[in-house]
Amino acid sequence: MPDEMLQLPMLHSLLERHKGSAGALLPILHEIQAGIGYIPDAAIPEIAHALNQSQAEIRGVISFYHDFRTAPPARHILRLCRAESCKSRGAEQLAAQLRERLQLDDHGSSADGNISLRPVYCLGACACSPALELDGQVHARLSAERLDALLDACREDV
Amino acid sequence: MSLYLSCDSLARAVGADEVALALASLDLQRTSSRGLYWLEPLLEVDTPQGRIGFGPLTAADVPSVLDALKGEPSAHPLALGLVEELPYLKTQQRLLFARAGITRPLSLDDYRAHGGFEGLKRAVDIGGDETATAVFDSGLRGRGGAAFPAGIKWRTVRATQAAQKYIVCNADEGDSGTFADRMLMEGDPFLLIEGMAIAGITVGASYGYIYVRSEYPQAVATLREALDIARANGYLGANVGGSGLAFDMEVRVGAGAYICGEETALLDSLEGKRGIVRAKPPIPALKGLFGLPTLVHNVLTLASVPLILAKGAQFYRDYGMGRSLGTMPFQLAGNIRHGGLVERAFGLTLRELVEGYGGGTASGRPLKAAQVGGPLGAWVPPVHFDTPLDYEAFANIGAMLGHGGVVVADDTLDMAHMARFALQFCAEESCGKCTPCRIGSTRGVEVIDRLLAAPDQSARDEQVIILKDLCDTMQYGSLCALGGMAPFPVVSALKHFPADFGLQSSEADQ
Repeated sequence: MPDEMLQLPMLHSLLERHKGSAGALLPILHEIQAGIGYIPDAAIPEIAHALNQSQAEIRGVISFYHDFRTAPPARHILRLCRAESCKSRGAEQLAAQLRERLQLDDHGSSADGNISLRPVYCLGACACSPALELDGQVHARLSAERLDALLDACREDV
Repeated sequence: MSLYLSCDSLARAVGADEVALALASLDLQRTSSRGLYWLEPLLEVDTPQGRIGFGPLTAADVPSVLDALKGEPSAHPLALGLVEELPYLKTQQRLLFARAGITRPLSLDDYRAHGGFEGLKRAVDIGGDETATAVFDSGLRGRGGAAFPAGIKWRTVRATQAAQKYIVCNADEGDSGTFADRMLMEGDPFLLIEGMAIAGITVGASYGYIYVRSEYPQAVATLREALDIARANGYLGANVGGSGLAFDMEVRVGAGAYICGEETALLDSLEGKRGIVRAKPPIPALKGLFGLPTLVHNVLTLASVPLILAKGAQFYRDYGMGRSLGTMPFQLAGNIRHGGLVERAFGLTLRELVEGYGGGTASGRPLKAAQVGGPLGAWVPPVHFDTPLDYEAFANIGAMLGHGGVVVADDTLDMAHMARFALQFCAEESCGKCTPCRIGSTRGVEVIDRLLAAPDQSARDEQVIILKDLCDTMQYGSLCALGGMAPFPVVSALKHFPADFGLQSSEADQ
């Protein structure tokens, strides 16, 4: 993909910086994702070469961790906490509300690329459950009304 | 007149930044959180008697609070009086969280004014042998959940010869219901840095890593800033605290894998690999990160060390009971009226914690159970609530204290759903190395589905037998605590809440 080729100089300087540090693969992947939004296919042979590892090893690490994406993300990412503390405060009802309103499943992305849903297991906000993270911002003590208001804000922002 | 408002990520998640904005023109200090989360955003104001509080506030309350401050503050409906006189706080024994809510996280002056770096100074003065002995004598046990005596690890790593050794801080706090590590890293980062520096110069490790989960971006940013400040002031680097010894460290960020909270999976992840559990032995103290001797501890374990050095091992072991010595920051979460952090010596009962501090359920409905120790902990029914919070006492009732998190549930929570969830979560997060965990978790979900769909008693009986057998295999046959303990919430739910599975109590007891 041509847009991925444009990222190569950035990739090379990043890899050069991390080359000497031990066990650098996770920091490298995080930095690529922070810069580009995902880990493009074109980056994999470059990373493998820089770290003297096989492409299979790099792909294996990317697929192991939930955080790493290999395709561009939606405009908004909403991660509703589905762990025990939030479940005990109605997280499942909020999940149903999300599915119903967005017509998406728990891991779904809207066709217009506006919003992606992801479950998350604990945001450390358990003293004020239920909680979610929207575009990196945590919101706790959620209610059905607040969830609706957050979704409205996502839609208006298109 | 100084005002104080927390910059903790959870205080911000319930509106602290909006309150701060409304207070913009005033002399406002952003401190750590007291951990009285049900009162956040909690605004504190200096008075001659001490800090008085108002909370939980919204930005809309700010004008009326400012008016009240000009007249009679206690007349405000959200006035709390002197914060340190609130029974929830006053009755706590805050050793580890002594600075919580008082100091600004990145102010080295605040930290030093409240006892900071006294432990490191003492460690430098008395040397490595005596420092390791102090940790051993304090009775400190690993706070991550396994409760292994810290002093034994220190002595092992110290005695092992190697060209390079490491300190690794496990800050992959993935258990639902726990947030003490997050609070400490966001609120008192120098304490963790001091603890790691003491560990480094004591065991002869010159480099350390803090592995923080990616769900805690504010902890990552705060720690990184704190590391720069500590380095610039000689607490890290070639001559740590004037000891003549070198120690430095960096923060590494996880990537959303629960299993990386398991120490050997964490080490693999730090090495840049998939987070796969290693078989033990060899133990990490002998062959850890990159195959070299590594001291791996939870955040709270390392953060306990400065205090033990500053006040002495005896001071620390005077708290607690039996073999559970010192204090534990318990975390109240879930369906609880007063969610927050309660640091007390081991030995208070679960009832004192949940009903006394917690004030019962937030919903006001009857309390059904509390899950203690994270997603791999047992669901404890109220009949066991008089059990003292002590590692051994909890083990005796088939439960565990773990990292001190308590998730409270009211009578509307379906325990069959929670049991199924525990296994589903295990299937999702299993590293896949051992069969009981990798296959057993998936089969367990299927068995629970069949049990719930079973048409009659004999079909249910059959599934209960299979489920118990499977849980037994997972518990005793798994390589690490994920597969080994995922059966705890399942078996406890089945035992104490058979009706949720459509069973008579006699059926579940078979």
